[in-house]
Amino acid sequence: MADLRITALNKYYGQVHAVKGVDLEIPAGEFTVLVGQSGCGKSTLLRTIAGLEDADSGTIEIGGQNVTDDPPRDRDIAMVFQNYALYPYMSVYDNIAFGLRARKTPAGEIDGKVQRAAQMLAIDHLLQRYPRQLSGGQLQRVAIGRAIVRNARLYLFDEPLSNLDAQLRDEMRSEIKRLHQELGKTMIYVTHDQIEAMTMADRIVLLRDGKIEQQGSPLDLYERPATKYVAGFLGSPSMNFVDAEIASVAGRLAVRVGDSAVLPLPQSRNDRLAPYTGKRIVLGLRPEHISRAREGDAREGLARCGAVIDLVQPTGARTYATFKLGGVEAVAELQAHEASQPGQAIELAIDMNRAVIIEPDTEKVVS
Amino acid sequence: MNLRQRRRLKLILRLAAAIAITAFFLFPIYWLFMISFKTPEEIFAFPPKWWPGQIQFDNYEVLFKDGDAKTVGNSLVVASVSTVLAMFLGTLCAYSLARFRTGGENLANWIISQRMVPPIAVVFPIFLLYVWLKLVDTYVGLILLYTAFNLPYVIWMMRGYINDIPKALEESALVDGCTRWQVLWKVVFPMCRAGLFATAIFTFVFAWNDFIFALVLTRTEVSTYTVQVTHYFGGQSNFWAKISAMSVLGTLPIFIVVGFMQRYLVRGISLGAVKG
Repeated sequence: MADLRITALNKYYGQVHAVKGVDLEIPAGEFTVLVGQSGCGKSTLLRTIAGLEDADSGTIEIGGQNVTDDPPRDRDIAMVFQNYALYPYMSVYDNIAFGLRARKTPAGEIDGKVQRAAQMLAIDHLLQRYPRQLSGGQLQRVAIGRAIVRNARLYLFDEPLSNLDAQLRDEMRSEIKRLHQELGKTMIYVTHDQIEAMTMADRIVLLRDGKIEQQGSPLDLYERPATKYVAGFLGSPSMNFVDAEIASVAGRLAVRVGDSAVLPLPQSRNDRLAPYTGKRIVLGLRPEHISRAREGDAREGLARCGAVIDLVQPTGARTYATFKLGGVEAVAELQAHEASQPGQAIELAIDMNRAVIIEPDTEKVVS
Repeated sequence: MNLRQRRRLKLILRLAAAIAITAFFLFPIYWLFMISFKTPEEIFAFPPKWWPGQIQFDNYEVLFKDGDAKTVGNSLVVASVSTVLAMFLGTLCAYSLARFRTGGENLANWIISQRMVPPIAVVFPIFLLYVWLKLVDTYVGLILLYTAFNLPYVIWMMRGYINDIPKALEESALVDGCTRWQVLWKVVFPMCRAGLFATAIFTFVFAWNDFIFALVLTRTEVSTYTVQVTHYFGGQSNFWAKISAMSVLGTLPIFIVVGFMQRYLVRGISLGAVKG
């Protein structure tokens, strides 16, 4: 059963059409991440779900009930805000208990609930402190505590980790995911960070210009992007895009890049790509699908091409090597010691089984 | 002189200057208090007596016996009630301006422009209106007027303080189950407590110090202490003993209020200052 159903939702800010006819269903218990660049409407969508913004048209149902015109407090939701939104004049305990008291929870139950939430988040030793005495990570835990202490139907997170430093962010990411597994609640999480989206989500909803560009499981979107935008948004370093052409070379299909490289396609992709023979396309290649060629490795779909390394960026486990492919810069993810210095000429193997072929005018992925 | 001695000397000079300046500004207040405790002979003694021979309260006794002191009570009533009213209405109005953009940018500017009206420009029309409404020489009349006159200031100040409260704090309370009224009570008021107190003090002081409205709009019933003091300046002689005693009575409430709320006052004013 869907815990949240949004139908044809529109939201304007003056002349700006922030959310454009969004339809979305979120099953109970799922962790959904709304992701997109800033200004794509993801926060607006979340705030409209919360009732902090009024929808201009469309409906929002939570737990089968139409709440489109209800005030936030009647929607059975809890929310974690980007800037923590803790009351500086209240202790951590009172901050966490605030929602319970506002909803007239019997006094006898409040203490137990606050203690339990605090234990879950390992902040039970901080309950008597005030927000100004806490670090950023602790503040974020308290903010999450404020939300989970309430037994809400829907939990909303508005970029909760964007104020934390990288290490804390990693830590809190797994913490929130663990909380989701323990509580089994429906959660909607907004972020602009594709790594957060990939690692946390059961389902990613990728927004662009107020519309849903694609939704699905993280690996679904990663491996089978529907558009060039999705392909480029997910993954780090991001996908390489090269203008190319589908050609028929010696009786089989290949991608011709510039004048130099001809990358044969595997037989399995013939059916889909045959109609594009002779046409311009955009070739999308993920860095991890470009490796250093090995002697005797002649798997189907593995295309070889020579390259001169422009830039070497070791990360420890892997080394990112930049080279020119069809006149544009592309990045290959190599083993740590496979590329050492600029100017080095090496032979690369490109896995054309995984290459993405994009129609340049519509920017849709055709295969 | 070594460095340490030089520093010490600097500090001493600085302290001396501070004490001298403070003494200079506090002297009139000191003198006011002293006169109020003196006998008529001592008041005019030459060379001046810096300290009364004997602290006596005759000057005050007269004020209370003749009923003059009641005017201080009148001042207290109209200033307190109008402050409470102006703070309540003004803060609600400011919240609406700040959060719901009521009237856009222009309404807020128009409201503060009302504060720039010189009292003298409106006091006589208001007097005629009050005669017609039978509000002359009534508490209601003065309270209404001070409330109306202070509202623009309260709205303007509180709007600034409310604008400084992160919106997310209120939104978080709304999601947590509060109504707008509860948000006001549980979030907005505590968040701008310093601003509330600072604004209330200024509002109170305005009503307390007002002279022109009270002079024109009161006769005997609700005459305020500022008007009463003027009765002691006569054609033949001035009643310095009464003037000083009444002035002390008029000063004490302000001392007490500011003394208790100094903490908020300083924070409230500097809050506004930083924001600009």
